[in-house]
Order: sequence, then C-alpha cells, then structure tokens
Amino acid sequence: MKGAFLFRADESRKKWTMDGPHFRGEAVYAMLHDTRAGRSRTYAATNSMHWGPTVRSSDDYGKTWSSGEGRSVRFSSDSGKAVAQIWQIAPGRADEPEALYCGVEPAALFESRDGGQSWAPNEGLLTHEHQPKWQPGGGGLCLHTIVLDPADRNRILIAISTGGVYRSDDGGKTWRARNTGVRAEFLPDKHPEFGQCVHKVVHHPSRPERLFLQNHWGLYRSDDWGDSWHDVANGVPSDFGFAMEIHPHDPDTVYIVPLESDQFRCTPEAKLRVYRTRNAGVSWEPLEKGLPQSNAYETVLRDALAADTFESAGIYFGTRSGKLFGSADDGATWTEIADGLPPVVCVKASVTAAP
Amino acid sequence: MITIELPKALCSYAEAESLVRLDEKCTTVGEALDALGKRSPRALDRIMDERGSVRRHVNVFVNGESIRFLEGLSTPAPAGSTILVLAAVSGG
Repeated sequence: MKGAFLFRADESRKKWTMDGPHFRGEAVYAMLHDTRAGRSRTYAATNSMHWGPTVRSSDDYGKTWSSGEGRSVRFSSDSGKAVAQIWQIAPGRADEPEALYCGVEPAALFESRDGGQSWAPNEGLLTHEHQPKWQPGGGGLCLHTIVLDPADRNRILIAISTGGVYRSDDGGKTWRARNTGVRAEFLPDKHPEFGQCVHKVVHHPSRPERLFLQNHWGLYRSDDWGDSWHDVANGVPSDFGFAMEIHPHDPDTVYIVPLESDQFRCTPEAKLRVYRTRNAGVSWEPLEKGLPQSNAYETVLRDALAADTFESAGIYFGTRSGKLFGSADDGATWTEIADGLPPVVCVKASVTAAP
Repeated sequence: MITIELPKALCSYAEAESLVRLDEKCTTVGEALDALGKRSPRALDRIMDERGSVRRHVNVFVNGESIRFLEGLSTPAPAGSTILVLAAVSGG
C-alpha cells in the first residue's frame, strides 16, 4: 500500500534479502516481471494519492525506474472517465512479446501493442451493454483478472468486481457474460446473468479450458472456458476469500486462503491456513506447517498470493497486517520472510538469472 | 509572461522543470495549464485527470489564492502571474 519491496533468494529460497521501498508512499496494486523476448523487465502500477496512477518499468531490477510509460493508461478526454487505480498488469502471449494488458478501475481493459509505450481501452468492453449496471465492490469497480488462451489469440477472459466473468472469442471485439452457476449472495436473484462479485480466476496454460474461481461466497471450477461453473467448495472452512493461485506445473493444483465471511474478512478460527486442492477441487487440504495457528486474524487480498516456477514450487502470500510468508516445497512448510511491511495488496514471483 | 511553479515530487514523475515560464498568451489558469501540457504532457497528466479536472489531492494557486475558491480553471491569470501547483494535505 505504500511502495514496492523486492525480495531475492536463490533456488533454496532459505535466505532472503529485501530491497525497498520503491515508490515510497505510493500504492502499488499490480506488478509484473516480464521475461519474454529475452528481456528482464519489471513493471509496477504505482498510484500516488496526489499525482494519480501510472505504469513504470525497470530493466535493472529496480535500480532505476521509468517515470511513466508513454502517456500511460488513460481514458480518452471525452469519455467522462478517469483511471482511479490500475489493478492488474498481465503479459500478452509468449509469441506476442510486445503485448501487455492492464485491468483498471473504473472497470476497463487496456491493451498495449508496443511494450507499454502506448495504451488503448478495449472498446468492446467499454461500450458493453451491461457496463452501466456494473457496481463497485468493496475495493472499487475494478477489472482485476485477465486470463488469456495461450493457443487461441482470439480468446480472452476477464473478471470484474462486481460484474462477473466476461469472455471474448473474437479478439476482444465482443464480450459475453460467463457466470452460469456462480452465485450472487447480495442480489435478490442469486444467479443473474452478470453482477457477481468474482474475486479471482486462475488456470494453467497446459489446460486452459479448466478454470478455477474464487467468488464473493463461492468456490467454482469450469471445464469449458467459463460456459458453466460448478461448486467445488469441498472441505474448506469458508467459501469466502479473495486470493487464488494455480500451481506452476499442475493444472489441477490450486491454492486459496479462505476468510471467515464478508462481514469479518479474517482467517477462520484465527488460524492462518492456505488450502490446496490437488484434484481440481474434489477435496481441499489445509497447509499450516510454519503458519501461526492462534490469534491470527489475517486477511490475504486477491493479488497477494503467488507461485514461482521452480520444480519444487515456491508459494508466497502477503497479509494486510504486513507479513510475507513463503514455501519452497509446494506449500507443505512455510516460513515468515518479512514482518512489519505496510499492508500487502500484491505479491508476484519470478525466476530470473542472478542480477 | 506567466510563471508556473511545480513541486519537486511532480518533476521527478514528469521529467519537467520546476519553474516553467510561459511566453504564450494565456488569460486563464486553464489556458496556462494547457500551455504547460504542450511542453510537458506528462506533467499535466499528473496535475489533471483525463476528464480535465484538477486531481482531488492537488491544489492550484494563482498569486497565492486557491482556484478552488475562485473560478476554477477559468480563474483569470493576468500577465505576470505566478501559478503554484502543490500537493494537498494528504499522503500515503
């Protein structure tokens, strides 16, 4: 919430060094480390309370940052809209290394085709007939999730709080709500076409049609790119939560951090537990070894859970109370990497050559 | 001539000079900021959002008076004026 902190370790992931804060005092809701086309570029979406949001990049692991990419992520001056927050920076496909996407508040998808030098809002979504009826969730009316089909350039899926899941099959020209089976506890019609408060959607590129969704009440899986969703909240203490991450090498292994309720957004029973499924949601198991199991009234937000790409996967999450935890063994055991940070809203992990 | 003073924090963002002297004819604060934007679009992006509104936590003063309590961007800026841009009382 008050800057970006970079933590580094070797593959053993035992000893971490911290560098930061970068962008002192600014909120950083989104980061990305982009290794496409031989680059090693870090992007950060920074938001100054005074001077507003922008995207900055660094090619030297944060030693120096650009002052803002091009004219950054902005609506047109006649749109009547102004970007309040950049919630997500996502890379384009591996074979289109200059493509980048941003999800912003108020809900819109921005695209760049030149590595972030210039950006344009996706018009199909901006002018969608549902758009006037989208409502802000607790964090604002944000487009926070961007999921690309690695094989089909025309397919892209996004999620909005609150608007729900939308998918385009024609390269972003038209979008269809894809929320069948996802509930909206806070509406009179519990299963509307759109308006759900979807918190996060993940998938694995090796099985892109299989999606997992953490909802504002509800944990779901789709095996058909979101055409239908099925409840998979089997054995979790609560199906409310924000964060969700896929295992880097297994399309059926997913991590979440359940929270007690929307009224009390803290870990159930004051135990900090990550839950993992290894069978696509048929069952979930608590991962708690090394995590505080008493008086832990913690909150993990939607982008504060991440995985690295080592064979023995590193899983990381940050809490609103400013703690950072990590596991180097797929979540079996955890250690506290940092404490006393500002509230953590975004955690990203990347494996790169030593800088 | 109109002088615009920008805070240091903004200059680092916008790669702008902290003191900008405008020789072009401007009659209002809005016109002066437009002229600033022609020289340093990034600086103007940080002062105003894309709707053309001064950002909520930014204050603009002309000869010591906040334009919020005058005529906003239509506030006159006669020749010799100094326009001062400051971060408001808030922070992160």
